[in-house]
Amino acid sequence: MLVSYNWLKNYVDLGDLTPEELAAKITKSGIEVESVEYVAEKSTDVVVGYVESCEQHPNADKLNLCQVDVGDQKLQIICGAPNIAEGQKVAVAKPGAILPGNFKIKKVKLRGVESNGMICSLKELGIEEKYVPTDLADGIFVFPEDATVGENVDERLNLNDAVLELDVLANRADALSMLGVAYEVGAILDQPVQLPEEAVTVIDEENVKSYISVEVEAADLNPYYGAFLIRNVEIKPSPLWMRNYLMAAGIRPINNVVDITNFVLLEYGQPLHAFDYDKFDSEKVLVRRATEGETIVTLDDQTRTLSEKNLVITNGKEPVALAGVMGGANTEVTAETKNVLLEAAYFDSSSVRGTVKQTGLRSESSTRYEKGVDPNRVKKAGSRACLLMEQFANGKVAAGVAEFDELDRSGKTVEMDINQINKRLGTEMKPDEVISILKRLKFEFEQNGTVFSVQAPTRRRDITIFEDMLEEVARMYGYDNLPFTLPQGASQAGALTQRQSLKRKVKNYIQGVGLMETLTYSLTNATDMKRLVSPEIREQAVAPVALAMPMSEEHKYLRLSILPELLRALAYNSARNHANLGYYELGSIFICDEEKVSKQPDEKLRVSGAITGKWLEHPWQQEKKDVDFYLVKGIVEGLIDHLDLNVSFRQAKIDDMHPGRCAVIEMNEQVVGFIGQLHPALAKEMDLKETYVFDVNLEEVFVAYEDIPSYTQIPKYPSIARDIAFILDENIHAGDVKDLIEEIGAPLVNQVGIFDVYQGANLEEGKKSVAYSLLYQHPDKTLKDDEVEESYQKIIEAVHEKFNAYVRS
Amino acid sequence: MREQLEAIQAEALERISQTEDMKELQDIKVTYLGKKGSLTGVLRGMGKLSKEERPVVGEIANKVRESITAALDEKNEKLEQLQLEEQLEAETIDVTLPGRPVKVGGAHLLSSIVQELEDLFIGMGYEVREGPEVETDFYNFEALNLPKNHPARDMQDTFYITNELLLRTHTSPVQARTMQEYKGEKPVKMICPGKVYRRDTDDATHSHQFTQIEGLYVDKNVRMSDLKGTLDTFAKKMFGEDREIRLRPSFFPFTEPSVEMDISCKVCNGEGCSVCKGTGWIEILGGGMVHPKVLEMGGYDPEVYSGFAFGMGPERIAMLKYGVNDIRQFYTNDIRFLKQYHKA
Ligand SMILES: [Zn+2]
Repeated sequence: MLVSYNWLKNYVDLGDLTPEELAAKITKSGIEVESVEYVAEKSTDVVVGYVESCEQHPNADKLNLCQVDVGDQKLQIICGAPNIAEGQKVAVAKPGAILPGNFKIKKVKLRGVESNGMICSLKELGIEEKYVPTDLADGIFVFPEDATVGENVDERLNLNDAVLELDVLANRADALSMLGVAYEVGAILDQPVQLPEEAVTVIDEENVKSYISVEVEAADLNPYYGAFLIRNVEIKPSPLWMRNYLMAAGIRPINNVVDITNFVLLEYGQPLHAFDYDKFDSEKVLVRRATEGETIVTLDDQTRTLSEKNLVITNGKEPVALAGVMGGANTEVTAETKNVLLEAAYFDSSSVRGTVKQTGLRSESSTRYEKGVDPNRVKKAGSRACLLMEQFANGKVAAGVAEFDELDRSGKTVEMDINQINKRLGTEMKPDEVISILKRLKFEFEQNGTVFSVQAPTRRRDITIFEDMLEEVARMYGYDNLPFTLPQGASQAGALTQRQSLKRKVKNYIQGVGLMETLTYSLTNATDMKRLVSPEIREQAVAPVALAMPMSEEHKYLRLSILPELLRALAYNSARNHANLGYYELGSIFICDEEKVSKQPDEKLRVSGAITGKWLEHPWQQEKKDVDFYLVKGIVEGLIDHLDLNVSFRQAKIDDMHPGRCAVIEMNEQVVGFIGQLHPALAKEMDLKETYVFDVNLEEVFVAYEDIPSYTQIPKYPSIARDIAFILDENIHAGDVKDLIEEIGAPLVNQVGIFDVYQGANLEEGKKSVAYSLLYQHPDKTLKDDEVEESYQKIIEAVHEKFNAYVRS
Repeated sequence: MREQLEAIQAEALERISQTEDMKELQDIKVTYLGKKGSLTGVLRGMGKLSKEERPVVGEIANKVRESITAALDEKNEKLEQLQLEEQLEAETIDVTLPGRPVKVGGAHLLSSIVQELEDLFIGMGYEVREGPEVETDFYNFEALNLPKNHPARDMQDTFYITNELLLRTHTSPVQARTMQEYKGEKPVKMICPGKVYRRDTDDATHSHQFTQIEGLYVDKNVRMSDLKGTLDTFAKKMFGEDREIRLRPSFFPFTEPSVEMDISCKVCNGEGCSVCKGTGWIEILGGGMVHPKVLEMGGYDPEVYSGFAFGMGPERIAMLKYGVNDIRQFYTNDIRFLKQYHKA
C-alpha cells in the first residue's frame, strides 16, 4: 500500500512529524514501512507562468516563441511542446533552476533566438512516466485558471509529497485504505480521525429504482450489491489534487469518473465499478455464478472463458463484469459516457481469490476483496463516490440505491480481563492504561471491574479472540516497554539424542580425515535421480518422488543418492581449476516404496563422499599421489572402526561405477552402501579426473551401534603375534583368505590384518604373496606356545585346502 | 715406592686434565691402569716389599687407582657431554621449511551455525527435535492454524507432491508433531533445525532450499516477556553482548501476538548505515505467543498452557555475521567459499 503523506494529512493531524519519523512510528507499531520516497526529486525555481503570447519560431517550424509572465519578470522562452498555447498557465523553470536529475536551466540560443528558461512537462518535473495521465504524456502541463502566476509549483503539483510504502500483512486488510491507515496513525499519535463527506447535496427527484433493479442468485458469494445511478456526467480530467493523490499512490489518472472510483477505493478500501448505463442494455443487474464455458471480454480486451466457480455480474443476459476482479469491455466508461451505473458490492473473498488464481488477473480491487472488505463501508463508499461525481463530473445523482442486502454487518465482541493480559504479557498494567489504549484505537467497550468487553470494529476483522486484543493492547503499550524475563517453569537439562550425537561424531570423523562438508540440493533432475543409487535402495525405491509443479526440470525429483549433486559440486570446482578435492555430505534421501506416491516417503540418512585428483596438492616430503580405491576404503573403514562396528566389502557391479573397482559394503550380510571408482566415462563427461566415491547407509549403522556393549574388559593376559604369508593365485581375494583365517582361528585369533601384498620377481607367473598378521589372545588365561602352534597349523591346512595356497618361506 | 706411586698419580691426573679427546683419554687409561700400565707395573713389584710395608703401600696404590679412575670418569662424562652437544649442533635443520601436509577438512558454515545455535539452546534447557522434510498438508499448514483457503497460505509458495504431501515450507510441523507426541501432558521446550523448501527462483536473496531453526516453549504461565528475555539472551550470545534487540508487532498465523525481532546494527551501532538501510536495526527473526488454536490442535489446553515460538534462518544469520552476500554460495560448494568459512 502506497500512502501519500499529504493525502493522509486530510484525515489525521500529523503535527510536525516528518515522513521519515512517521514511518518509523508506524513500523514500530506493527505495519512495516518498507520505504519513504518523494514524489519528485527536489527542484528549485520552478513557478507558475502565464503565456502572454505564443508565435512560431522564425527559423523552426516545430518550435514556438513564447513571452511568459512569471510574476517577478517576463521571460522569452522557446518551447517545442505541441500543446502550448497563448493564455495558458504553465510550469516554468527559470534560468538557474535545477530540475530532477540535476538538470540546470541556462539561458541558451536556439536557432539564433534567445530562450530564457524552460516550460516543463510532468515528467520533466520528476513524476514517473507511467503515472503521467495519457493526455499529458507528450506535452507540457497546463494549470487550472486559479493558479497564481509566480507561485512555486511544488505544492500545487504535490511534488513535495512523500510516499510511504506499507508492507501490509494478511491480517491487516484495514491498512489497505487511507482511512484504515488514518485510524492506525490516529491510534499511534493519539489523534482523532476526520472522516470524509458522503452526503450528496442535490437530491434528484428521480429514484434509482426507475432505472435499475438488482437481483442476486448467489447470496453466499455476494451478500450485498448496491447500484447507484449518476446521470448526465461530463467526462473530463479529474481535479488536479485528485490526480496528484492518485499518481502518488501509484495509479495513473484516466478521467474523472474512473479516477473517482479509484480514489474512493484507496480512501475507503472498498472497490467500486462504474458501468456505462447506456451500454448496459438492461434495467436489471443479475449477479450469478457463470455457466460452464460462458465467455466475457474483459477491459483488457482479453476473452475469458468462465466456469461455475466464477461469480459474474450480468445484465440478465450476458456477463458484464467478473465480480470483484475486472469489468467487461462492452460496458466500459468512455469519453462519450453520459450516465453511470455505479456498483458498490461485497464479494466473498474466497470466490474472488479463486477467480484471480484462475485468470491471473490481479487488481487493486481484487486484492482488497481477497483480503476482505469492511461490510460497514460498502454503501458509504458508494455514497462518497456519488458525491464526488456530483462535484467533479457535474452528474445528477438519482435518489436512493437499488440493492440486494443480506450482509451481516455485526462485529465481534471480545472479552478481556486485565489480569489475564498482565499474566500473558508479563506486565503490570492498570485499568486506566487499558482504557486509554482502547480509546486511542477507537474501539468501543464496556468495563466491568477488570473485565473489558470490547466491540471490535468491522474494519478490523482480524480481531476475533482474546489473543487478538492482547496483541492490540501490547503493541499500543509498546513492545519496547515489555520487561525482559526468563521462563519460570521448572528447568530441565537439554541434550542431544544419541542419534544427533552420532551424526556429529560421523561428521567430526570425516572432517578430521580431510573431507570438506558440503550442502547440496535435495531436488534433482530425471537423470541424476537414477544415478549412483546404492543397491539396497534401488531394491526398495519403486517410484520416483516428483514435484507436481516444479520450477524447473533441474529440480524436479527428490534424490535417491547424494552423490550426483556432490559430483556436480566437484565438477563446478574442477572447471575453476580446483581439481583436487575431498567432499562429503550427510543428509537424507527419499524412498517411495509404492507404485504411486500416497504417503510420506521414507527419509533415510546417508553419508556420501567423493574424492578426486591429488589427495594432497603439495605433498612436501611425501609421494604426490592420485586418490585411489584404498584411500576411499580406508576412510570408510576408519569410520566404521570409529563407531566400533564391523563391515565387509564385496566386489560388485553398480551402474556408473568402474566395473572392476567397486564394492558393496556389507554389515551383518546386509548391503549398507558402496565404494569405488566413478565410471571413467561419467568422470570424463563431467570433466573430472579419476574420482572415487563412498555412500553409507547411516540408518543401518546407527541401528547396529545401538547393539554395541557399552564396555568390554581389557584383556588381562598377554597376546601372541604371528605373521604368515601365503602364495595365492592372483585372482583370489585377499579378504576371502582373511575371512577363512578368522573363521578357523576363532576364538583364539583375535585380530587378522593384511600387511603386505607382493607380485613379481621370485614368484611364479599368476601368483601373488599376501602377508597376514595374526593376534592370538585368550580372555581368561595365558596362551601356551603349543596351543598357538596347533591353531596356526590348522589355519595353514585350511587355507591350503580351500585356496590351494602355500606358505611362503 | 710411595714416591713412585705419587709421581704416577700426579702425571696421570695432569694428563687427564690436559686432554680434550676421547681417544686420548682411553689411551691414558690403558697407559696407567691397563694390564701393562704403569700402575700395574708398580704393583707387580709389591711382592718385594716387607710384610709391614705391603698393606701401607697397597692402600696408597688403591687410593692412586681410585683417584685416577675418578678423574677418568669425570673427564669421560664431560667429553661425552661435549661430543653430544657437537653432534646435536650438527643436526640443526631449517625450521622454516614447511611441515608435512595433512589433509584438512571442515564443516559447512551453515552446519557450524546450526550447531552453535543447538548448543546455545541446549544450554538453556531445550531439546533438539527433527522431522520429515516431506510433510503432510496437515502438519505443515492445518495444525498451524493455516486451514485450506487461508489467505496466508499465499505467503508461502509451496512445492506440492500430491494434494496432501508437500516439501515442508518451514520446520514448524516438527513443533506440531512434538506437541502431539507429548499429548498435552508435559512442557515442551525444543528447537528444530532442518532443511525447508519454497517455490522460489534462485537468486542472490532467494533459494528454493534453505535452512531454518525454530524454537517452541509451552508450559503453564509462559509470558511474552519470557520470549523477550529469551531472545535477548540468544541475540547477545550469538551476535555479541553489546547488541540490543527490538521487538516489533508482526503477523504469523501460528502466533498471536506476533513479533519480528531486530538487533541493533553492528556496522553503525544503531546510527544508520547502508547495511541496515539507515534504520539502525537489522531484522533477525520472527516469533510470538503460540496461537490458542495451535495449542489446541497440539493437545494443549490454551486455558492452562501458553507458550512462545520463534524461527530464524541460519543463512540470514551467516549473511549478517560473516558478510556472505549471495545465498546461492551456500549451495554451490565452491571450495574457496567452504575453506574460507569452515573455521566459523
Ligand atoms: Zn547500520
